[in-house]
Amino acid sequence: MLEIKNLRVAVGGKEILKGINLSVNAGEVHAVMGPNGSGKSTLAQVLAGHPTFQVIEGEVTYEGRNLLEMMPEDRAKEGVFMAFQYPVEIPGVSNAYFLRSAYNEIRKHRGEEELDAMEFLKLLRQRAKLMNIDESLLNRPVNEGFSGGEKKKNEVFQMAVLEPKLAILDETDSGLDIDALKVVAEGVNQLRRPERATVLITHYQRILNYITPDYVHVLVDGKIVRSGGKELALELEEKGYDWVREKEAVPAGA
Amino acid sequence: MAITDENIKLHNPTPEPGVEELVSREYKYGFYTDIEQDKAPKGLNEDIIRLISAKKEEPEFMLEWRLKAFSHWLKMAKEEGQPKWANIHYPEINYQDIIYYAAPKKKPKLDSLDQVDPELLKTFEKLGIPLEEQKMLTGVAVDAVFDSVSVATTFKAKLAELGIIFCSFSEAVQNHPELVKKYLGTVVPPNDNFFAALNSAVFTDGSFCYVPKGVRCPMELSTYFRINAADTGQFERTLIVADEGAYVSYMEGCTAPMRDTNQLHAAVVELIALEGATVKYSTIQNWYAGDKEGKGGIFNFVTKRGKCLGKNSKISWTQVETGAAITWKYPGVILEGENSIGEFYSVAVTNNYQQADTGTKMIHFGKNTKSTIVSKGISAGHGNNTYRGLVKMQPRAKGARNYTQCDSLLIGDKCSANTFPYIEVQNSSSSAEHEASTSRISEDQIFYCKQRGLNTENAISMVVNGFCKEVFRELPMEFAVEATKLLSVSLDGSVG
Ligand SMILES: Nc1ncnc2c1ncn2[C@@H]1O[C@H](COP(=O)(O)OP(=O)(O)OP(=O)(O)O)[C@@H](O)[C@H]1O
Ligand SMILES: [Mg+2]
Repeated sequence: MLEIKNLRVAVGGKEILKGINLSVNAGEVHAVMGPNGSGKSTLAQVLAGHPTFQVIEGEVTYEGRNLLEMMPEDRAKEGVFMAFQYPVEIPGVSNAYFLRSAYNEIRKHRGEEELDAMEFLKLLRQRAKLMNIDESLLNRPVNEGFSGGEKKKNEVFQMAVLEPKLAILDETDSGLDIDALKVVAEGVNQLRRPERATVLITHYQRILNYITPDYVHVLVDGKIVRSGGKELALELEEKGYDWVREKEAVPAGA
Repeated sequence: MAITDENIKLHNPTPEPGVEELVSREYKYGFYTDIEQDKAPKGLNEDIIRLISAKKEEPEFMLEWRLKAFSHWLKMAKEEGQPKWANIHYPEINYQDIIYYAAPKKKPKLDSLDQVDPELLKTFEKLGIPLEEQKMLTGVAVDAVFDSVSVATTFKAKLAELGIIFCSFSEAVQNHPELVKKYLGTVVPPNDNFFAALNSAVFTDGSFCYVPKGVRCPMELSTYFRINAADTGQFERTLIVADEGAYVSYMEGCTAPMRDTNQLHAAVVELIALEGATVKYSTIQNWYAGDKEGKGGIFNFVTKRGKCLGKNSKISWTQVETGAAITWKYPGVILEGENSIGEFYSVAVTNNYQQADTGTKMIHFGKNTKSTIVSKGISAGHGNNTYRGLVKMQPRAKGARNYTQCDSLLIGDKCSANTFPYIEVQNSSSSAEHEASTSRISEDQIFYCKQRGLNTENAISMVVNGFCKEVFRELPMEFAVEATKLLSVSLDGSVG
């Protein structure tokens, strides 16, 4: 589904990603871990098409198409979803209205009929219940005045509504209480289908107790220095990143 | 591979065009109706004023009123000239080079649409304002003004059943001279300012509305102003009186053809609310704004003011100003009656080379009077947007309160926004509160929307509409949808 080859990315004239190789198949969940500033969010943003991040070398193919050539909105319409590490506030625009516009853009793109306000509200309520989202959040302006945890939950809620093919979650588990964490994990697990894939960026092994990843990758200083199964996360938690840094000489591979 | 421009070009999606490269979407209302016109010669003098008054078959008192206003204007023109204090730049206008009266030749009898030139009906239909009652939005009565005259007023009969008078100003002068005499110029006196004096001398048409005691007007009243003829100025005059306990909601829309010369629109609107009455006045102003180099467009120099004469009365202004090359207007409220309320909700958009200096005046005289001001200025391109407001608490306005909120939204980095809030409090028991903010549409907001599947245009309109929400929710339903659409058109191509 997603094939990243030798991806190098710069921001503000500084190289951040220094040759990433990663291959994600439909049905898989990949966890990406790594120290602060190693380039995890950069990877997520580049896949989503943020204009600040500039690709200087490499290829990214998504469902056989050159992803890097596509506009961010087209990527979204083709099923790429990113849950932001720092969700953005849009004052005055209700969450429900925002989501309906997005939802209908995606439906239009697929040649499906748009949903009217009533039909959409039904869908929204049903998903909100599923995600344990308070209905009052639906009518509040997008992320404005939301608590840190509410923002994160709102990202996963949006994902549950938009049903992407490729979901990239950037530290969605940070700042969540235990209950919220379980809900978020459930949300991700519900989307776990043979035709969908998830890239889960996280600092903590904790969420992996609820979402069992097929692969774990360790990103250090712009490179994937190690990949493995779910046990790699446990090992990391025990030994810290210095352990992988020391082993950096060893070629990475699952 | 290094971080070079070529490498970046090779590996990233083609960036969208920047502000300068984008062409604004075409102005939808820029067409011209070729119709036989009865025009006065260019120029401004007593004879022209007599001619206008004669064309309108006005009673003597009206002509005298006009001539007196004209002498005020002559004096102002000689002593000071055009007002210069506003934060706008425009050439000295040659008032002798303007046509002050232009009307379609076939003069319709105003009570039947059958006699209205079909060309005119077609024009308004094209503007989205069908004048046949069966085709109209039920619940909205329209007075259609084409250049200097009103061509049709709908639902008149139905409103008359309730004693509501809704007609063109010219008709009111003939049929209800006592009401006109009693109220005309009582809120905006002819010597109020340069453009008000000019309007008082040469005004041609506009709407008149009187809602009798205790009557709640059951439909939205509206006037649609259309400038068509070249080289003409439009000088409309509107007077709305709500008698004790009455309620009326009034909306005004405006468009003009695209021309590369500037045209002057100098209107005066007066609102009067007696005890317990409410007048709600909404404007969607979409005059031609000039091209993207700033050539052409309407000069929109307008004096709008309301007077809360009676206790517990309320006047509320809501405006969405997206058009015109220059906008100069300060719809205000004189709060005379105890406990009366004045409100001003405004969205003003300036794109390309548009200039707007707009705001409000809330003058508190009565005890416990209250005013609320919410101003949203949006600048894009080289637009220059100024909020100018005056809140004045007179010595006897004990316990008066004002709340003012001015927010500016900048799109791109060549535009500007200014805020000039003047507050004068002359008694210690009243208070004025002011909040202001300036923000920019951030790249991250746009990206967030795009990541969810919205294109740039929709993303901007999403953010902008959110910004304007407090004002839009004050608009009558029929207008709110249009305002939302209009905003995305006027801002089209403003973000790279
Ligand atoms: N817009 C930017 N301008 C300049 N530097 C940036 C920008 N965005 C990211 N960087 C730098 O790129 C590096 C990688 O940042 P990134 O956000 O990808 O790290 P991360 O792995 O997600 O870290 P964290 O775990 O703290 O979220 C950091 O050194 C950061 O300062
Ligand atoms: Mg990060």
